[in-house]
Amino acid sequence: MSSQILQIKKLSVNVEEKEILHGIDLQIGKGETHVLMGPNGAGKSTLGYALMGNPRYEITGGEIWFQGKRIEEESADQRARAGMFLSFQNPLEVPGLSLNGFIRSALSAGQGGKLRFREYRKELARAMELLQLDGTFGERELNVGFSGGEKKKSEILQMLMLKPVLAILDETDSGLDVDAVRTVSQGVEAFQKDRKGSLLIITHSTRILESLHVDYTHVMVDGRIVTTGDGALVEQINREGFEPFMNPEAVERS
Amino acid sequence: MEEKTFVDDIDRSIYDIKNEEKDVYRLQEGLTSAIVQQLSREKNDPAWMELFRLRSLQIYNNMKIPDWGPSLDGLDIDHIATYVRPNTKMKRKWSEVPEEIKETFERLGIPQAERKSLAGVGAQYDSELVYHNVRREVAEQGVVYTDMESALTGEYADMVRNHFMKLVKPTDHKFAALHGAVWSGGSFVYVPPGVSVTIPLQSYFRLNAPGAGQFEHTLIIVDEGADLHFIEGCSAPKYNVANLHAGCVELYVRKHARLRYSTIENWSKNMYNLNTKRAVVEEGGTIEWVSGSFGSHVSCLYPMSILKGRGARMEFTGITFAGKGQNLDTGAKVVHSAPETTSFMNTRSISKDGGISTFRSSVVVSKGAGKSKAAVSCQSLMLDSQSRSDTIPAMDIRTQDADIGHEAKIGRISDEAVFYLMSRGLSEEDAKAMIVSGFAENVSKELPLEYAVEMNNLIRLEMKGSIG
Repeated sequence: MSSQILQIKKLSVNVEEKEILHGIDLQIGKGETHVLMGPNGAGKSTLGYALMGNPRYEITGGEIWFQGKRIEEESADQRARAGMFLSFQNPLEVPGLSLNGFIRSALSAGQGGKLRFREYRKELARAMELLQLDGTFGERELNVGFSGGEKKKSEILQMLMLKPVLAILDETDSGLDVDAVRTVSQGVEAFQKDRKGSLLIITHSTRILESLHVDYTHVMVDGRIVTTGDGALVEQINREGFEPFMNPEAVERS
Repeated sequence: MEEKTFVDDIDRSIYDIKNEEKDVYRLQEGLTSAIVQQLSREKNDPAWMELFRLRSLQIYNNMKIPDWGPSLDGLDIDHIATYVRPNTKMKRKWSEVPEEIKETFERLGIPQAERKSLAGVGAQYDSELVYHNVRREVAEQGVVYTDMESALTGEYADMVRNHFMKLVKPTDHKFAALHGAVWSGGSFVYVPPGVSVTIPLQSYFRLNAPGAGQFEHTLIIVDEGADLHFIEGCSAPKYNVANLHAGCVELYVRKHARLRYSTIENWSKNMYNLNTKRAVVEEGGTIEWVSGSFGSHVSCLYPMSILKGRGARMEFTGITFAGKGQNLDTGAKVVHSAPETTSFMNTRSISKDGGISTFRSSVVVSKGAGKSKAAVSCQSLMLDSQSRSDTIPAMDIRTQDADIGHEAKIGRISDEAVFYLMSRGLSEEDAKAMIVSGFAENVSKELPLEYAVEMNNLIRLEMKGSIG
């Protein structure tokens, strides 16, 4: 039990009065990498937002335990300070706020206002090099005018700097070219290996998984987890797609 | 999800400390020619000024209160004491300023700012300047920075007479006329040709007496090729009776000169701020306005620039923050009356907690102003659904040969952006403050550092206790 970082029990979630997730069960242990796959509209991103505490996503049933504590009532910032991180599929633009200033504020919020500036600079430079980001990138306004690849790299940069216990990556590989996928997965790999961080990787493709070690794979269809397997399941999906996991009637009809 | 979001009002206590009123002299509240004459005598006006005041009073009495802007019904002009003189003569040494008044300015950070980064400071308490000082090296360059009363009779008396209310005439509007009749205090600045004042001059206006009006007059002449940055700051404690600020600022920018005029206005939230500001810019000259409006109950403030000489330029950067009970009607006007003139207005307005902010812009390009360029860009951010934001642009372009641009954006603070920042561990209050500060960033970066810091503190203060 104690090695479980995240436990989701029978979680149901509504968005605008409509139930999207119907009783999800999921457990993630320390240092484990889980992949959540499934066709578009299955409810994968909804799970990510609900875990992070977006107020638009209403929890109507079930429990979320994070590091031994129930967190359904906690706000997003409380969850973040407890060590949860969500990499956004579409990170929002905040004009006038520099990426650098943002990371620094977030870090000092997490550390009760104490931040060692020199160490911070060094760490930032290292992480930016790993992600092949230019030194001036940190001075740009948060996500304003960022390309698709830059946005995702900026999210991974924030993850590396904030050092969460659990990182949820929502479609971090979507819309990226081959080189950018490789760079981003190097960042994720560093998080796996150096930080021993737990991961929940939400994706509907398998590109980002090629160079990453995967412990468990879950397939979500229509707001339910229909299958759970190990890393090999990813290869099966690669070959056969999601159809074998879909509602049999729906498959027959198609 | 709540239908309505609501942002609480803030604690303004550091601005709200009021001193017991110890004025030796307070004019009876209404306004008659006898009172204006008495004021003129008290101030030892030259004869022409007494006449000017009486003429202005006549104009005032014959004019109607403007009916196109925010309501001025709460302003009972017959009961606003026009002239309150503090119980002290003007001092050149800070240590000689009476303790109570000194403390007020100390709290507002005025002398500290002077020691650090200003070339000269004037501090006006109610109707009179109580402190005035200019650094020796600046004075040695021939720069004149003095209170208006001394300027009227001193070495530059003729210059003052030739410029006083020539740019803003008493006939302009009712409050300009009122100003002409009862003006008191303010500053006169003259920068001789070719002189660059490298550190800013500053005036600070503080209105302490309840139910009083402040009518300071600022007259600045930057002569050919000279360069100046002038800063004014304003504040007042809150009383239950309305106060009125009807100051007047006249700026003369000569050929190839440059003047930057920065204002941080943080009047108490029962103040009617009906200020008139105007600049005339000669060939190749530049006027830059930086304007932050945070306080007052009602503001009507539209600094105007007349680009009179070829190649004259104006830039207006402004931010308005309207909270509970505030109706801030601000904007800028520009008249291009010579060829190759350029103007650029860039403003941000923020409203929350039922506050109303309106941005009016007026661009006039006259027939002879070919090859001129004008660009207006205004953005508004509403922090909740009770607040209002309006944009009212006006353009009158009389030549084909001009390049005109206009851009306006009005939006609500995005819940998704707030969530995004919160997901990194920032509290809701901090997340919102960062979004608002970011929104204001391109204005705050135009301010001198200590003012940018003050502005960010004000934003933080305004955002405190906000709930989603």
